[in-house]
Amino acid sequence: MGITFRKETFRDDFSFKNSPEHIRRFPFPFHEDSYMYAVNIEPHVVGPKGSVLENLIDVDEHYVAEMQDRALVLAEDPLRCQSLPHMTLAGWDLLELLMEQQALGYPEHFTLTREGDHWRWINRPLGIDDTFTFGDVSTLPYGPMEYITRQSQGDFCILDQRDGNLWMDAGMVTTQADWSLDFDIGMNFFEWHAPVPLAHEKGIFIRALKFLTNIQQGKPARRLNWTMTINPRLDTSPENYHKWGPDRTTVTPENVGDKVHLRVELQSFWRLPRSNGIVFPIRCYLIKMDELVTQPKWARRLHRVIRDLPEELATYKGLTRYRPTLVEWLSKLDDGSATSPGFGPD
Amino acid sequence: MAAKSIISRPIYGTLSPQPGKHHLFIADAEGALAITDLAAKAPAGFFGDAHIIFIPGPDGKHVATLEALKPAQFYQGYSFASALPRLKQTLANAHMGLRLYLAGTEGLIGQAMQTALEAGIDHTSMQTEHRGSLARRMQCVHCKGITENVTTQPATCSHCGLLLLVRDHYSRRLAAFQGVCINAEDRSEIPPMEEIFR
Amino acid sequence: MSTGTTKLDVVVSDVVPVNDLVTRFHFRRRDGELLPTFSGGAHVVVEMRDGERTRLNPYSLMGSPLNTSEYTISVRRDDVGRGGSLFMHRSVKPGLEMVISYPVNLFSLDLRAKKHLMLAGGIGITPFMAQTAQLAAEGGNFELHYTCRTASLGTYADTLRERYDRRVRLYHDDRDERIELERVLSSQPLGTHLYVCGPSGMIGWVRDRAAALGWPSETVHFEHFAAPQPGAPFDVTLAVTGKTIRVDEQQSLLEAIEAAGVDPPYLCRGGVCGQCETNVISHDGKFIHNDHWLSEEDHRSGCKIMPCVSRFEGRSLVLER
Repeated sequence: MGITFRKETFRDDFSFKNSPEHIRRFPFPFHEDSYMYAVNIEPHVVGPKGSVLENLIDVDEHYVAEMQDRALVLAEDPLRCQSLPHMTLAGWDLLELLMEQQALGYPEHFTLTREGDHWRWINRPLGIDDTFTFGDVSTLPYGPMEYITRQSQGDFCILDQRDGNLWMDAGMVTTQADWSLDFDIGMNFFEWHAPVPLAHEKGIFIRALKFLTNIQQGKPARRLNWTMTINPRLDTSPENYHKWGPDRTTVTPENVGDKVHLRVELQSFWRLPRSNGIVFPIRCYLIKMDELVTQPKWARRLHRVIRDLPEELATYKGLTRYRPTLVEWLSKLDDGSATSPGFGPD
Repeated sequence: MAAKSIISRPIYGTLSPQPGKHHLFIADAEGALAITDLAAKAPAGFFGDAHIIFIPGPDGKHVATLEALKPAQFYQGYSFASALPRLKQTLANAHMGLRLYLAGTEGLIGQAMQTALEAGIDHTSMQTEHRGSLARRMQCVHCKGITENVTTQPATCSHCGLLLLVRDHYSRRLAAFQGVCINAEDRSEIPPMEEIFR
Repeated sequence: MSTGTTKLDVVVSDVVPVNDLVTRFHFRRRDGELLPTFSGGAHVVVEMRDGERTRLNPYSLMGSPLNTSEYTISVRRDDVGRGGSLFMHRSVKPGLEMVISYPVNLFSLDLRAKKHLMLAGGIGITPFMAQTAQLAAEGGNFELHYTCRTASLGTYADTLRERYDRRVRLYHDDRDERIELERVLSSQPLGTHLYVCGPSGMIGWVRDRAAALGWPSETVHFEHFAAPQPGAPFDVTLAVTGKTIRVDEQQSLLEAIEAAGVDPPYLCRGGVCGQCETNVISHDGKFIHNDHWLSEEDHRSGCKIMPCVSRFEGRSLVLER
């Protein structure tokens, strides 16, 4: 048993693909035929078997390839992983959380043994077997946050809570949708969200902050966010915008299905016990249009959402250049019939 | 004054005397006038516990005006870089009860704030007042180089040469606005360059 | 999006009288597992089932966050309070099964601080027991000033002196020893954070002096859970659930609402966290606000009440619950 990890790339020849089972478990983010910001936060509890919520920290068939891509990004640009000096304790909190959750959900792949502060961590997919002293940075090859997030899918932001606000004071960010950790580190919740249009006026961030600062230990929360990416690139950072930006000019009616990807972020929020900080894992799921439209309901709904998206949001998400081509392509798969409520395929 | 913008763009206030044991002022050029305006509102003896670090503009004005306030310490520097070792030393030896006042150009306020943050002062407790030029310090998000005194939109990165959109998104830690390639998707698109940050 | 905490089933593993007023209680998990990790300054809410009545009081965790085999709290007997501390002192014995909340921290250390200056008065020492243990383990820089009435009522003073030697300064009221607050506040290196826990008069005094001496508000942290005060009984209508309830002399409004089967969210039950904030639909009478959450304007307007600690006197009160 266990997961069969795919050999694939998120750059150069872009060999990334989802297996049929992974298409069905894709976290499609639209529960109705239109989209607008909302404080769509709900308790992060275990969901149905075979969904991405089967475990609270999801490991899937892309795990090994994603970790290899992360290592490439970090070798090129070490500033993608930073932790301000007061955040080391929170890094240990995160290490504990991710080791416990991965070992709990995937015992065939990960094993954690703890005897007091003497810990042993076995990560079979990546061929790691390390013993170390919990709390002693000199016993790990990297700081605790970097060590464990080189072995965990998704980006991770660690937020310090003080003065009624959350401060982005540490993070591992290599699979981001166009924001820079190096630039945003040290900012508060409102500041790092400053470039987001419309949501400030709607009071979204004030309500979201109030909720997040009250997240309690043992009661994580989650929300979905989305954007689109041309080619299955994990690294769409502003740092490399001049390298991936030209992809957006390459979309044609013939290659939409292969090139255009829906990018969904499963964001969760966890209180960290020792540091009283919050960790905010941002797990990115990619699916190409050809794969997505194998579910007719998703095809119809995505057509309506993209067609009717307010202009500010389309600009912010970087869809402007290829939106007409995409809408035209999707329209052929929308017979106008009703879609059932909820996220899942029919 | 700076136009209304996004939340991460710094907002500057008007200097006012704060309760405290010591008062450290850092100002450049027209920023001196923010200090003299504060002096008009300050209680008697306020400058007896004050230290002023001043970097005059090219015209060398306002030095005598500040000296006339009779601060306990007065320092005139040639540039922020030349004043920096002194500023760091002052902060390293300071005690709680020291209040910080920053006045002048955005570049000066930003760099002095960056140094004070590293010394453990929370940014919300610093008094700031913008006077003079709106020229920006800009970090190129691509090559990470900082370009000083940016006055145009877009602007060319003085390190890697990319043509950058100067955003209002601002980092206190870097003391810089963010510059992002304006024609990354199609380099043949060259928007006109306008002088807007003066 | 309801908040609130998960519950823990525990058993009282030890009850240790510390001095004439204070008793320490030890809790372990009934299933033998480790308790959740916590951070210095965290509290738990202890459910006290006293016959018909259920009281829920917050107490700071005072053990080391590094040891989660048990939780410890210290309870000061209050002979004129609503009876929660008396229940703990008289009725809670080793072996008793109780329910407590997950730890919540509303008095967290600011880990950016170059130094932590702690001021404790009386039973306000308890959160500092955990915070000093946490800081000492990480090589953190701290200094603790602890004022108590007499040496024999100086709860844990000896333990602290033994652990941290001269980093702990003691002041005894009966010997007329007073902290030289002005000097202490003026001699701290830049980047120090101040933490104060004790009687409300002490907290007010320290905050005022710190502000006057130029300590920015972000560097001054305080914890003062208001204990719900007893008072004259009053009647309340809960408009949403259509219930009319009576709040007894010894009961808090929140407890009375819960006794009627309505469960507002809560974290601290001490007027600090803001979770149980309740809108007032109409009232004819006078509020007795005891919280630290609502603004003065909210208090004046009569539009909101914190039912965990505040009461009402008058003819009618209708709440949006």
